[in-house]
Amino acid sequence: MDIKIQVENLKIFFDKNEVLKGVSIDVYRNRITGFMGPAGSGKSTLISAFNRMIDFEEDVKIEGKIYIDGVDIINGDIDGVSLRRQIGTVFAVPIPLPRSVFDNIAYGPRLKGITDKTELNELVRDSLKKAFLWDEMKDRLSMSALKLSGGQQQRLCLARSLALKPEIILLDEPCSGLDPISTAKIEDALNELKKEFTIILVSNNTKQIARISDYSAFFYMGELIEYGPTERVFTFPSQKQTEDYISGKFG
Amino acid sequence: MIKTKIDKEFIVKIILTTFAFSSLLFLFLIFSFILFEGLPLFLKVGLKKIIFGFKWAPTKGSFGIFPMIISSFFVTFGALIIGAPLGLSCAIYLSEYSGKKMKMFLKPALELLAGIPSVVYGFLGVIYIVPIIRNNFGGAGFSLLATSIILGVMILPTIISISFDAIMSVPKTYREGSFAMGATKWQTIYKVVVPSARSGILASFILGMGRAIGETMAVIMVAGNALKIPTSILDPLRTLTGNIALELAYATGDHRMGLFSTGVVLLVIIMILNYIANFGIKRRVIK
Repeated sequence: MDIKIQVENLKIFFDKNEVLKGVSIDVYRNRITGFMGPAGSGKSTLISAFNRMIDFEEDVKIEGKIYIDGVDIINGDIDGVSLRRQIGTVFAVPIPLPRSVFDNIAYGPRLKGITDKTELNELVRDSLKKAFLWDEMKDRLSMSALKLSGGQQQRLCLARSLALKPEIILLDEPCSGLDPISTAKIEDALNELKKEFTIILVSNNTKQIARISDYSAFFYMGELIEYGPTERVFTFPSQKQTEDYISGKFG
Repeated sequence: MIKTKIDKEFIVKIILTTFAFSSLLFLFLIFSFILFEGLPLFLKVGLKKIIFGFKWAPTKGSFGIFPMIISSFFVTFGALIIGAPLGLSCAIYLSEYSGKKMKMFLKPALELLAGIPSVVYGFLGVIYIVPIIRNNFGGAGFSLLATSIILGVMILPTIISISFDAIMSVPKTYREGSFAMGATKWQTIYKVVVPSARSGILASFILGMGRAIGETMAVIMVAGNALKIPTSILDPLRTLTGNIALELAYATGDHRMGLFSTGVVLLVIIMILNYIANFGIKRRVIK
């Protein structure tokens, strides 16, 4: 199986606070990898290192290596902007820009310099279809994205990141504010999307991780406690902490 | 026992309400005072002859303040041309680029700029800006250009602080969303942050205009105060405020009333500007 992202002994400090304490993990291509763990476990920080959003924080120090397709994105000669044009990110709170549905999705492609009308139309349609949103949105493309429901907004954000034609999609607790039906729609979309993309799903919801991820990683206090195929992690956890977490004893 | 407690609360409320409304009372008094002093002349000479009259010779019965209205607008827009880009860039730098330490140093420094007395600005203008203009561009130096530069600097604190607040109130999540889609910092600023803060930024420009049109001391010192419509940026001019301040000391009778009419016109212009600015700010707050 192909390794898409390879993390080697990654340490991240905020000021003097060590938030990630030497994490090594391989993320596989065309799989959904679930990152779970209680708040403060470092899972979101790891994600923000993948797309280098972490650069916007103050007083951050990063040690170790992250390879994406073999390219070191921490020490290598690559800048955050071009990296983020190849990695889609969906946040916990859906954050559509205060523009129309169409403009929200066309925002990224336009930044890349795509101005051709038919090309943009096609991109928007494809992206919306892949995010399972096309049927609801096809007649409302010019509506303000702020008027959509929470679940629609989140799928819009997913569509928006797909329009960048990324290879990796990072989802940082994308369903934390959504009802079960909206959550199910996102999960359906992800199951389709993994055929094309490498997906990392950060979630507090262990049931969601168990439901849709192929591989599961459990983080605790900045360390990777356990990592393996989801079935194995959830049925025969090798660590006591993992067992306690997935059985709901803490979290 | 419980009753007295409520009564005390009630008294405090009454006192505070009275004080709160007393400021409104002052506004009302100023308003009625200026109208009371200035309106009779409008009735006597006629609105059209005052506002659109070209000749200001108050001792000979001509009360035309049109050149001053135009001059006031010229310096105000001149100030905006200089102050708006400077102020907006400063606000963007403060909110988007400067670190915490820089912000802690810059914000108070800019607030100090607002605290400098206007006579000091005028003084600087007379000593430095007027001679520089005279030596490099010709003319007397006392000019529309000199006045615009001075006013442009004077309205900076207003523009910076209000547009800074507007930009800071753009949710951080908008920026993150934009960055996550591969926008650069600058693309994020001009495509997302500034458009989202648009109404507040416009309000800051308009309040800056209100400040520029009302400024008196510094303007008298550098404007040259000639009674005509300036035809180039090197021409001297006289503003509405300058007219009142220059002549009030010795004016009597109709002349005095003429100055108050100037005040009425000024008041109306400033009210309109404030109304527009408030409209912009309110829309932003309600959103």
